[in-house]
Amino acid sequence: MSKSSFVAEAVKKYGQDRESLMPILQYVYEKKHYLSKEDMQEVAEALDLSSADVYGTASFYSFLDTKEKGEKIIRVCKSISCDLKNKEQIISAIESKLNIKNGQTTPDKKFTLLETNCLGWCHKGPAMLINDNVYTELTPEKAVAAIEENL
Amino acid sequence: MSTDKLQKFKKRIDLIFSDVNWKEILDKALKTSADDIIKELIASCIRGRGGAGFPTGLKWKFAAQQKSDKKYVICNADEGEPGTFKDREILDKQAKKVFLGMAICAHTVGSDEGYIYLRGEYKFLVPQLEKELEEFHKELKAKKLDFKISIRLGSGAYVCGEETALIESMEGRRGEPRNKPPFPVVSGYLGKPTVVNNVETFVYTAMILKDGSKQFCELGTKDSRGSKVFSVSGDTPNPGIYELELGMTLDEFVELFGDGDTKAVQVGGASGFCVPRRKFKETIIGFEGIPTGGSMMLFNSSRSMYNVLHNFLDFFCEESCGQCTPCRVGCQQLLKGIVAVKAKEKPSKYLEDLKGMTETMKSSSKCGLGQSVPNCFNSIIDNFKEEVIY
Amino acid sequence: MANMIKLTINNMPVEVPEGTTILDAAKKLKFKIPTLCNHPDLCVAGNCRICVVEQKGSRTLTASCCTPVAEAMEIQTNSLKVRKARKDIVELLLSEHNMDCTKCYKNCICELQAIAREYISESDRFIDVSIRKPIDKSSPAIQKDDSKCIKCQRCVRTCEELQHVGAFSMAHKGDKANVETFLDLPMNDVVCTNCGQCINRCPTGALTERHYIDEVWEALADPTKHVVVQTAPAVRVALGEALGFEPGHRVTGQMVTALKRMGFDKIFDTNFTADLTIIEEGHELLYRLKAALKDKQKTALPMMTSCSPGWIKYLEHEFPDLIDHLSTCKSPQQMFGAVAKTYYAQKADVNPANMIVVSVMPCTAKKFEAQRKEMNSSGYQDVDYVITTRELALMIQQAGIDFTSLEETTCDSLLGKHSGAAVIFGATGGVMEAALRTAYEVITGREVPFKNLEIMPVRGMDGVKQASIKIEGCLPDWKFLEGAELKLAIAHGLTNARTLMKEVNKGTANFHFIEIMACPGGCLGGGGQPMPTNLEIRKKRMEAIYAEDRDLSIRKSHDNPEIKKIYEEFLKEPLGHKSHELLHTHYTKRQKY
Repeated sequence: MSKSSFVAEAVKKYGQDRESLMPILQYVYEKKHYLSKEDMQEVAEALDLSSADVYGTASFYSFLDTKEKGEKIIRVCKSISCDLKNKEQIISAIESKLNIKNGQTTPDKKFTLLETNCLGWCHKGPAMLINDNVYTELTPEKAVAAIEENL
Repeated sequence: MSTDKLQKFKKRIDLIFSDVNWKEILDKALKTSADDIIKELIASCIRGRGGAGFPTGLKWKFAAQQKSDKKYVICNADEGEPGTFKDREILDKQAKKVFLGMAICAHTVGSDEGYIYLRGEYKFLVPQLEKELEEFHKELKAKKLDFKISIRLGSGAYVCGEETALIESMEGRRGEPRNKPPFPVVSGYLGKPTVVNNVETFVYTAMILKDGSKQFCELGTKDSRGSKVFSVSGDTPNPGIYELELGMTLDEFVELFGDGDTKAVQVGGASGFCVPRRKFKETIIGFEGIPTGGSMMLFNSSRSMYNVLHNFLDFFCEESCGQCTPCRVGCQQLLKGIVAVKAKEKPSKYLEDLKGMTETMKSSSKCGLGQSVPNCFNSIIDNFKEEVIY
Repeated sequence: MANMIKLTINNMPVEVPEGTTILDAAKKLKFKIPTLCNHPDLCVAGNCRICVVEQKGSRTLTASCCTPVAEAMEIQTNSLKVRKARKDIVELLLSEHNMDCTKCYKNCICELQAIAREYISESDRFIDVSIRKPIDKSSPAIQKDDSKCIKCQRCVRTCEELQHVGAFSMAHKGDKANVETFLDLPMNDVVCTNCGQCINRCPTGALTERHYIDEVWEALADPTKHVVVQTAPAVRVALGEALGFEPGHRVTGQMVTALKRMGFDKIFDTNFTADLTIIEEGHELLYRLKAALKDKQKTALPMMTSCSPGWIKYLEHEFPDLIDHLSTCKSPQQMFGAVAKTYYAQKADVNPANMIVVSVMPCTAKKFEAQRKEMNSSGYQDVDYVITTRELALMIQQAGIDFTSLEETTCDSLLGKHSGAAVIFGATGGVMEAALRTAYEVITGREVPFKNLEIMPVRGMDGVKQASIKIEGCLPDWKFLEGAELKLAIAHGLTNARTLMKEVNKGTANFHFIEIMACPGGCLGGGGQPMPTNLEIRKKRMEAIYAEDRDLSIRKSHDNPEIKKIYEEFLKEPLGHKSHELLHTHYTKRQKY
């Protein structure tokens, strides 16, 4: 098993208690944008948990993907207020800009396009996240500009 | 346009976003005994601002009564209800007042460790919160209050706003709500007595201690004392965050925020109720009418209420924790059911079957999530049945 | 004394200790509340909600399995509101359950089906939302069909709490929530030990054993095949449960008759090779003690038993550095296969290529064990098919045999005779007791100093048992053991095994001999035994096992005349060349995560 230095770093930072599991997974996720099989196995070993338990916990949370994702993850809010403000147009604009469908990752592993539940910017919809950064009051043009900014 | 009226409202109440001398309030609180703080909170009749509305004074009282070597104070900042964004704004603009409420709680119940469980979607707030915390901790040290607040992040799970799911998540588990009893004030984080309050609630507790319960009680109604921060979105010319007195009617609300063509208001987000125009007059916003964690979404006549319901049910299908039957399967049946009725694969009377089933979701789901899914379903079916069927 | 709480259930007063659940309080009044996620061996979950009851003054219904009683509570367990909620819940469960009931292995013994019947459910009221993906048949022991899973999580809790294996977890949430292995990998590629305890507790057909019923019938119908069968000791004390007897009823003789009627050419007994195991393993222990104590050689002590294949695989995954501690003896099942296709084949003049060895086991891990690559020392796969007690019960029913009134017969000779020491292999502590009965006598020339040879300190249902036995009056060969205190430990259930292994790993446990059985209670609580299972039933099976031992005239493995004969005519001596070839094996280090 190849050791992921990120897991080791995270364990060093947060400790080996069960309550550290989320911060550890979040740390690794921030570095890699997904949790690999090896990452989860290593976390399981460090925290003395079964790997199924680590996987089961991670997969509960939408922001802890266990499938490989792009370097930048775009999450367009699909909750009702953003829906009313035409989030579909935003998704279409991004889809054609990146030439991928919603849910897919670009072949160069740069971007993944996803939908997500309420981001808490309902008064400024449509909204999206690119990794941790928020973009609000989007128009198709602004969405494309945001992508370009992240290229 | 109702902008003038709005300005008036904004002026009238400003407890949450007003700048205060937080150090002074902290001084005052630390000089007040735990008993007196609890008495003041109980006298204020303040109820939790997250949505469920449990009396805050009682919660603190129960926690204070517990004998334990360790107690925790947790600020629930896992704001995920569609249409709610006020906690983000409060943490962004008045974080110190939130910390202040937590510190007062710690002083009251006897805790030395606090957490802010911040939803992952608000991670961008962390650097500034950390900075403000540093300053706040310095002050606590100077005042010799042994209390430290740390930030824990969520990772995209609406149900973690349920306090026991939040605690499970903090313990490094799937955010599945626990069986109650025991309640967190008896056995919460790591099995220790734990107070979990919403962001806004903590700020109000600080303000009640500053100004006294009497002043707070002058606002609102018998069952819903005080004011509340509302997140207003949807078809409105004035989307945003407003602190308003509790107990106003929807009619008054729509007069302030409507676009002149409001056909329905969703009070309390996806887990709340949809109120049609004809019921605006009789509907009170508050615990005697429709309580809300703050989400107010307006829909005008151009909107399909079927789409609204579909969006909500889709949300619940994804965000149910999936452990208990009524919620896990019930949500799926409601969503698949309205789709089937729309597609004429099921007769329209199937909606009545589903309504019957929602009684079981309400009565038998393990937590508030499953128990409140029927709210949007029944209120939209009852008031906009044609839109759902045809 | 716990505080007593007074409440009423269905208007009848009842008083129970504080902390009692409403479910148990109702039981005291003889009211049964239906349950699905609840299981007496597991912690409370409260997630299926079928056990809801009405509590006066409460807005919602109350899940009775996870709610403690409170003073002056007024509970209704069968009100209209309760019945309506339960009916809805059953129908919701049915809507996420693949209802091919008549084709299901669990048809008529399915707990969901039984509740559906009570509530006269309209099975198609709701839209089918069951998860459809291919059934996982990767494991030779356990198959997993997600389309039948109702997410009660009994399997997850079984694997985590009872066995500390953690092969399963709930994964995802909401409508995607599902019981999965790590990354949803095939069952055969994860840390699963094949113990089958999850099967015993699955209320539906989502987890079942891989069954080999058709293969066995085909072999029996094939005139070119010589089909012999062996049955493990724990089968005879549980088979009756699936065929109309109360738990604890022994059906040894009827079982033999039924097997004859089914058409097996020879009915043998795994007990014969259990006796053989004792001879080999007992000598191995003495050999290791001699190497360590007398010759001061580096030897892996404590020695650990190797009869339980679930335990073996667990150790290989979880404590791979301890595999040298395992006895190299094959399990009785595998010893049987190896001697059947060599010794018996020669004696009976049967070509082993045409011989089929079927074993009837209380165990699902034995299915995996039989297919291990190294288990072919006869030149063929030593054991061809392993069926569980449950599969045998079904085959007896298929054959139309009226089991309850069947006459009793005995096994065929050569591999059929056995001692009481072999029978008690089926209960936790049994292998230890059997080994002591022989080893003590080898060392001292005298019987173990316990009344009726019954070594009580190693018996019973405690999770971890410890005992010691002082050795005095040694024969000349064993003088180095004079006055030694032989330290013993026994664990059953893998969570208990883990506790013990952690001590061994740390070096804080200075035992000489450890017996481990993967399943609670030992083989009698095996993953292939009739359902339901609980402590009460397992205790009854245990009593039956010890009664079987008491009733036998031969109580010690080395007194078994057929064992003497096989050494004289075939094996020559314990741990000899032939033994090593046929009766001993090696183990594989496996990945822990």
